[in-house]
Amino acid sequence: MLTRLLSGDRPRSLVLTVILLAILGALAFAPFLFPGVRSLETAARICIFIVLVASYDLLLGYTGIVSFAHTMFFGLGAYGVALASDAMGRGWGALAVGTVAGALAAAVLAAVIGMFSLRVRAIFFAMITLAVASAVAVLVSQLSAITGGEDGLNYSIPRELTPAFRLGEVMGVRINGKLLNYYLVFTCCLVLFLVLLRVVNSPFGRVLQAIRENEFRAEAIGYRVVYYRIIATCLSASVAALAGSLFAIWLRYVGPDTTLSFTIMLDILLMVVIGGMGTIYGAVIGAAIFVLAQNYLQTLMGSAAEATAGLPLVPDLLNPDRWLLWLGVLFILSVYFFPTGIVGRLRTGR
Amino acid sequence: MTQPLLESRDLTVRFGGHVAVDAVSCAFAAGELTAIVGPNGAGKTTYFNLISGQIAASAGQVLLRGEDITRQSVARRCAGGLGRAFQLTNLFPDLTTLENVRLVIQARRAKGFNLLSMAASDNDLRDAALAVLERVRMTALRDTRVSELSHGNQRKLEVAMLIALDPAVYMFDEPTAGMSADEAPVVLDLIAGLKAERDRTILLVEHKMDVIRTLADRIIVLHNGALAADGPPGEVMAMEVVQEAYMGKDLALV
Repeated sequence: MLTRLLSGDRPRSLVLTVILLAILGALAFAPFLFPGVRSLETAARICIFIVLVASYDLLLGYTGIVSFAHTMFFGLGAYGVALASDAMGRGWGALAVGTVAGALAAAVLAAVIGMFSLRVRAIFFAMITLAVASAVAVLVSQLSAITGGEDGLNYSIPRELTPAFRLGEVMGVRINGKLLNYYLVFTCCLVLFLVLLRVVNSPFGRVLQAIRENEFRAEAIGYRVVYYRIIATCLSASVAALAGSLFAIWLRYVGPDTTLSFTIMLDILLMVVIGGMGTIYGAVIGAAIFVLAQNYLQTLMGSAAEATAGLPLVPDLLNPDRWLLWLGVLFILSVYFFPTGIVGRLRTGR
Repeated sequence: MTQPLLESRDLTVRFGGHVAVDAVSCAFAAGELTAIVGPNGAGKTTYFNLISGQIAASAGQVLLRGEDITRQSVARRCAGGLGRAFQLTNLFPDLTTLENVRLVIQARRAKGFNLLSMAASDNDLRDAALAVLERVRMTALRDTRVSELSHGNQRKLEVAMLIALDPAVYMFDEPTAGMSADEAPVVLDLIAGLKAERDRTILLVEHKMDVIRTLADRIIVLHNGALAADGPPGEVMAMEVVQEAYMGKDLALV
């Protein structure tokens, strides 16, 4: 049963198993373990980024394709929900329509980009995705009548998913719509993650790895590499769009900065590399570490700076304003010491 | 005369001003083992690449069972029955030995677009792959990553991949290149076994003349990209042009 759920791809390392279980447990009981708006916000963001990063790993780590349009697909899903909710009014129907439309749009756009560029060379695909993603970002900010431009869109979602919907109290935690919303996000993300884990361990996933390893030979034993690459791109794009839809349902807001910005694209790239490319589990660790650092490193540094207030220089270095510097240092160190990512490192045990 | 299984008609490729393969017309009958010989740079591997599709022809045709496949992709030709092993080892280095062979069988059975089943639990594929590894005596290395195999074992795996594919036409490009004197016979025995058991059409680029003499039904000689000789081994080897162009220096080595 467990093997089937994990598609036979066990963590293959005791330490990794413990870490993954800890993250799973923390996310599953986040509202009870870490009460508070901010921690729930962080937990939801971790869930969504795990899926987003895992879907990117399907491309980068398994198929060996570099794409810079992953946030664009993420944004398509988010804007799908936002526009549908805006046009159709508050309702579950709007969420469903927006989600499906966003995922389909992402798949179609990915297929078109793939058909034009994956026939040639993988590097060409990277450049095309960069161009298309920039164009879409500009388009979204210019078409302010539809998309709200730089301000983004606020919209209503079904009342059952908002804090206004109250159900009572369990273990001192108020059960409200926001909590239900969190569990919607958590459950969908868990399912999507397990689906991705299955895909990379399917016969299809093995072909992707073969293409990554040696596309020339994959073709010579009869696989039509282009088709496999296009399907992988479409799949990755639609899962990213689904993650975007969840993000939009969670935030009740979309804007270029939260869904389409190039900064998020870089974050995704970093999370894949830190966690470990071509492992899927790496997404869990990469996303958890990165989102936690983004949200709490500043606070942590603030208290560290206070604690060392008497010392020379140290408090200045630990000033919360320097958090990006330390995040950068962390990244360089992790790439230097774990070139195969944290998961790769734990699996080899060296 | 019956239709040849595979045929090249005036097959030519030019790289800039250099004619690498020059109007080679040759037909290969089913069940025949043809050795392709010639000095380095004679165009043997390029001729192979033209037939299996890695390089597009400048002129001429390739026909498989009478059908023109000159414009088909590598994967299409493979599905049609042209199987190719490579001179330079050309495997999936980060995957295990078993997985390399399993991928070939999966391709042959067209299971590649299955997204939602577990590859590892497909026992048919695994057993078929294990049977191939058994045949090349590599069962013990099934879980070793290919990049960690010795050169000789990588060459053997290269042959195993082709055996797993079991195409109508086997194309071996110097299967024993770089192998030690005691490893090479293992590979050659495998090829001899294929010939005896499966009755397949085999094209073999090989330098070792003693091997060719015992294995080949026919020898073609390429020289400067053109067909220089074609016939049964004894006859071809006796020809003066062949002695001069190629074997004079090589026979001394044997």
